[in-house]
Amino acid sequence: MSVEKGHLDSFKHKCCEDLYQKLYILVFPCTLTVFVIYVPQNEDTEQQIIRETFHLVSKRDENVCNFLEGGMLIGGSENRLIYRHYATLYFVFCVDSSESELGILDLIQVFVETLDKCFENVCELDLIFHVDKVHNILAEMVMGGMVLETNMNEIIIQVDAQNKMEKSEAGIAGAPARAVSAVKNMNLPEMPRNINIGDISIKVPNLPSFK
Amino acid sequence: MALKIVKGSIDRMFDKNLQDLVRGIRNHKEDEAKYISTCIDEIKQELKQDNIAVKSNAVCKLTYLQMLGYDVSWAAFNIVEVMSSSKFTYKRIGYLAASQCFHESTDVIMLTTNQIRKDLSSPNQYDTGVALTGLSCFVTPDLARDLANDIMTLMSHTKPYIRKKAVLIMYKVFLKYPESLRPAFPRMKEKLEDPDPGVQSAAVNVICELARRNPKNYLSLAPLFFKLMTSSTNNWVLIKIIKLFGALTPLEPRLGKKLIEPLTNLIHSTSAMSLLYECVNTVIAVLISLSSGMPNHSASIQLCVQKLRILIEDSDQNLKYLGLLAMSKILKTHPKSVQSHKDLILQCLDDKDESIRLRALDLLYGMVSKKNLMEIVKKLMLHVDKAEGTTYRDELLTKIIDICSQSNYQYITNFEWYISILVELTRLEGTRHGHLIASQMLDVAIRVKAIRAFAVAQMATLLDNAHLLTGNTQHSGICEVLYAAAWICGEFSEHLEDPMATLEAMLRPKVATLPGHIQAVYVQNAAKLFSTVLCGQEGAPADSKVAQETSQLLIDRLPVFVQSDNLEVQERASCILQLVKYIQKLQQKDVEVAEEVTALFAGELNPVAPKAQKKVPVPEGLDLDAWINEPPSGSESEDEGRKTKGKAVFAREESRHTKPRYTEVDEKELAKRREVRKAEQANNPFYIKASPSSQKVYQEAVGVEHIPVVQIDLSVPLKVPGMPMSDQYVKLEEERRQKNKADRKKDKKKRREKGRQRRGDSGPESEEDITPAHMVDIVTEEMPENALPSDDDDKDPNDPHKALNIDLDKPLADSEKKLPVRTHRPDEVLKSPIEDAEGLEVTSEPKKKSGKEKKDKERKKGKEKKKKKKHKQEEGEDLMEAGSEEPVQSKVTNDVAAQPPASTPEEAAAVTDAPPASTPDAASGVAAVVPDSETKSSKHKKKQKKEKDKKKKHHHHHHSDGAREESVQNGTVEDEEPLPPMSNYALLAENSYIKMVCDIQGNLHDGSQVVVSVIFENKCDSFIKSMEFNVMDSLNSKLQRPEGAGPHDSLTVPFHLPPGISSEARFIFSVQSIVMPQKLKGTLTFIVKTEDSSTHEKLDFKLHFTCTSYLITTPCYSDAYAKLLESGDLKGSSLKLEGINQPFHHLLARICFHHHFSVVERIDSCASMYSRSIQGHHVCLLVKTADQTVSIDAKCDEPGLLRNVLDEIKLTFSQC
Repeated sequence: MSVEKGHLDSFKHKCCEDLYQKLYILVFPCTLTVFVIYVPQNEDTEQQIIRETFHLVSKRDENVCNFLEGGMLIGGSENRLIYRHYATLYFVFCVDSSESELGILDLIQVFVETLDKCFENVCELDLIFHVDKVHNILAEMVMGGMVLETNMNEIIIQVDAQNKMEKSEAGIAGAPARAVSAVKNMNLPEMPRNINIGDISIKVPNLPSFK
Repeated sequence: MALKIVKGSIDRMFDKNLQDLVRGIRNHKEDEAKYISTCIDEIKQELKQDNIAVKSNAVCKLTYLQMLGYDVSWAAFNIVEVMSSSKFTYKRIGYLAASQCFHESTDVIMLTTNQIRKDLSSPNQYDTGVALTGLSCFVTPDLARDLANDIMTLMSHTKPYIRKKAVLIMYKVFLKYPESLRPAFPRMKEKLEDPDPGVQSAAVNVICELARRNPKNYLSLAPLFFKLMTSSTNNWVLIKIIKLFGALTPLEPRLGKKLIEPLTNLIHSTSAMSLLYECVNTVIAVLISLSSGMPNHSASIQLCVQKLRILIEDSDQNLKYLGLLAMSKILKTHPKSVQSHKDLILQCLDDKDESIRLRALDLLYGMVSKKNLMEIVKKLMLHVDKAEGTTYRDELLTKIIDICSQSNYQYITNFEWYISILVELTRLEGTRHGHLIASQMLDVAIRVKAIRAFAVAQMATLLDNAHLLTGNTQHSGICEVLYAAAWICGEFSEHLEDPMATLEAMLRPKVATLPGHIQAVYVQNAAKLFSTVLCGQEGAPADSKVAQETSQLLIDRLPVFVQSDNLEVQERASCILQLVKYIQKLQQKDVEVAEEVTALFAGELNPVAPKAQKKVPVPEGLDLDAWINEPPSGSESEDEGRKTKGKAVFAREESRHTKPRYTEVDEKELAKRREVRKAEQANNPFYIKASPSSQKVYQEAVGVEHIPVVQIDLSVPLKVPGMPMSDQYVKLEEERRQKNKADRKKDKKKRREKGRQRRGDSGPESEEDITPAHMVDIVTEEMPENALPSDDDDKDPNDPHKALNIDLDKPLADSEKKLPVRTHRPDEVLKSPIEDAEGLEVTSEPKKKSGKEKKDKERKKGKEKKKKKKHKQEEGEDLMEAGSEEPVQSKVTNDVAAQPPASTPEEAAAVTDAPPASTPDAASGVAAVVPDSETKSSKHKKKQKKEKDKKKKHHHHHHSDGAREESVQNGTVEDEEPLPPMSNYALLAENSYIKMVCDIQGNLHDGSQVVVSVIFENKCDSFIKSMEFNVMDSLNSKLQRPEGAGPHDSLTVPFHLPPGISSEARFIFSVQSIVMPQKLKGTLTFIVKTEDSSTHEKLDFKLHFTCTSYLITTPCYSDAYAKLLESGDLKGSSLKLEGINQPFHHLLARICFHHHFSVVERIDSCASMYSRSIQGHHVCLLVKTADQTVSIDAKCDEPGLLRNVLDEIKLTFSQC
């Protein structure tokens, strides 16, 4: 799994489902990265769920089972947390009894493989800096807390088609912005605190799209 | 133009984008909050700009911040703006933000209905997809109702991608709008056989989810699912179906029998563990459901248990976990087959994985027997000592108590042991379950008479060592035990060895630090103890002095409690203190008081069944709702407050374990009642009976052997000093059993054993042989006579799935074929002028009408039209409309409430063109025709729409029936009539090319601005471009133009309009005085481009700024409202409206909606309302209604504004 190659801090994805509606949450701790919750809660509850889940999941050893009873916070005993651990990444889903536990484990695998394909060897930083893209990919798999598609190829086709559309829309107007962000991302891991915008703006006119 | 765009994008490319924000946050770990707050300020600036790209970038960042836990609800409106962008890129950002940030109480959601509808019907499948995905997260009942038809149409979309999403989102729609289930279900069923596997899987998903909650309604689908199960190869679908069968089998045993074979085959054949596991699970469910009817499935059980054992033994912890989980299901019905794997389960108890240990614990529950209980609990106690986390330790604690107390303490042979276990558990620090231990202590002490002496001794020790429990006051959970200890010592004080010492222990000053309710019990039971002490002391006449000293002790110690801040403690203490003082006085006169004091606490206590209180039947002639005394005519809210307060007090009372004392009842009467009750109990499956098995054992023992069951076993110490050790009991118990065995060996010749001795010298002792060490007289719990037990007590009344319990097999009535739409905001954007006029006519009609005559006329008119139409139209076209277009239906729903439910069959048949008998066919007909309509050009659609509108009246009869019937069927008739449709968009101007409707709103953030949202609709077949919007500024109001533009320059509308499309643009006006309404003249110029030519056109309009548009809906609390009125700064004015015959809540809703007020308080037919102008003027209304007359008393700090607002309100109501 190429995910493991990446320099990964920590990352988790959790998906919850309460008694009546399904909810899935994505969480990446430290700099929390992706987080989806399908049953709207207020911010405090959401944050509490994240903290608690992270606490529960992160303290678990290797070689223990991937299921956890989350207790009242995630909607009672009918629900359980199902997670997978890739290097330092945690993907956590929370589901109710209507989902097959092993099935969800497979789903997480599909999700990670899809991320890997879409980001071309995904690493944690991809996920951290492109939360929106992760969201869009997830939206093709899970909709409103229900599993929409489990076929990886199908998911990738749809995601690609949408990205292509986005690119064609951006057209000439989008080019400079992309160029700038490419420049900004050149030294992605640790940028200096004060980005000297003046410097970068000199480089921009040299870009090919400004002929 | 292009240059302008490039310029704009260069400007904005140095705005922070999402990556910059993330990077920034990572770089500012120390002062993250500060950094984010500057970012939010930047975002606020960006949101103010007109450039949609900048806005969407800002919204994108907000989505991230929301994820971090920041409240971004303030930007909800901007999110809607981005959602409504015509570009997919921005739309997607907008919908993502909405799905993350919106929830049901987000008020801007109601603004999105039209936008979402437009996106749903977008020619671009990804626009639709994105809208569906977003909607699935924030769908509200309103949205569900308004969009149900649109989504239903999408279920038959040509693209599987859309079908799949539409099918899945229907589940959410059903939840929010249950009325849609029946009409939509036939199509949902069809989707089970969709050619696309994704759509099929989505349909299976939805139906499984529905069926899980209300399985019996879906039994008829079983054959279809059976077919799918045997044909499908998609494991996801298979798993879902198999899970569904698990839910269905309990309702239909025949199904189970059919299932066993294919499932067993799957178990043998599949390589997918997930599928195997689900199959085993369902087989278990089948076996459970069959366990009563069909025996001889032991082979299947064996197969299951075998497979599960393999899972549990697997090195993969996941499989182990699931194996245990499934095992616990078998345990319920086939405990024997699980018990043989006890070794394996006990082994799992030592697993390092907590989840697995917890599952194993669950299983233990069913593994215990009289023989091994002590051993298992001992093992658990070891775990308790070792456990690190409190959660797991608490879980262990509850499990120990569960295991021991199950089936009425069936497996406990030695209650002394159990009490010592409980006492040992009290040493757990920081447990949350003190109350659980306490209630067990109370329960055992009350119900097992034989144990009382021992329990009292233990409790006395506990009380004496109370400091050990309360030493660390933070862990107060455990001090609940003292509650039980004090009560037991007081109530059964006759068993105390040294009551004086215990009394002293209970009155220690340290007690005052305990929680109030425990102190209260202390005080009360000190009094009980006191009476016991007096009894003992007065027996010896010489000791009258000692007795007086006891009284003195109480008199000295009680004042501490009299000063308690807890009301209960204070009251009891002062009562008892006075009593003791009086007693002391009598004692000084050498009067014997002991007997009288004891009489205070005389009477036997019986346990009461938990639900007994609820089951007391209301005596005939007693109306609980009637007032005993007429309530004082004062303000109602005060009354409410008192009532709830009273309730709270009682509720608290209940939660304590206070057992009600029975007042003296005639003995005979009591005996008679008991007889009746016992007979009832015998037939009552819900009644907790005294364990029959254990009782039988004792009776037999007494009857046959003539030997007293209770033998004081000398090996059991009468009192274990200090904290008791349960381990001692385990050893003693073993010794006892050994001894009995040995005894038996000595007496080999006697076949029958005496007393508690066991038979069988070799091999395991059989269950029945282990006789308890104590006579266990388990007192049954009392229930009131005539109590009707029912099992529905525990159901959650809030479960939304309850509403979905709808019979789906009943053929759809004609009126149900279309989705009932109760209320709606009309989709004015799509209206043509003719429609508009007609729509108005229709909506206004029912209000004017008073007699039936008119309705009949109207109906006839409709019929005639219909007939005319029929000649022109092909068959089936009606159907198409029925299934495809909602706006038409929605427009007329206003009439729903007003229309009579009667609908002649021919009429209904005419509408649907389908024979009413063959409804399923008709329904499928709808679905079959619809896809065609999708593919037709929009031009064609428009034509249809016009035609439809002519028939509109017809539809609405039809509709009213649907809504009526539906609501009655589901039992969900609403208390209040649904609101009529409302819209604030008013027609601005129109010609044959374009139509403009507008809404004017004050700007929340800027006191001198109003925002005018104009929807432009292209009505012609040509492309409209280069729209320019201009307004002649007045002194007071000015259109805000970009910097550098002259005061008369026009603004370019930032989009083009293809034929039939509408879009919205916002213009900002600055306003100086808001006191007066005013009109501004304006012009819209545009170019109409046809294939070969283009013409310049213009349209004049008059923009009307009403005073209402300066008001902003602002919530206000009633106390702040009262203060405002009292302040005296406001000047009053009033208004009377005659002949208003709409319901009061409609009236209020209208004022709220059209005039931007919010209701502060509503009492019956009187309501106070509040609003605020953009410049901060308060406007307060008091609306009263009586006999069609509505009087509005209003106050405002600006009389001019108020007058105009009232005039506008009057105008609103004169129009309807």
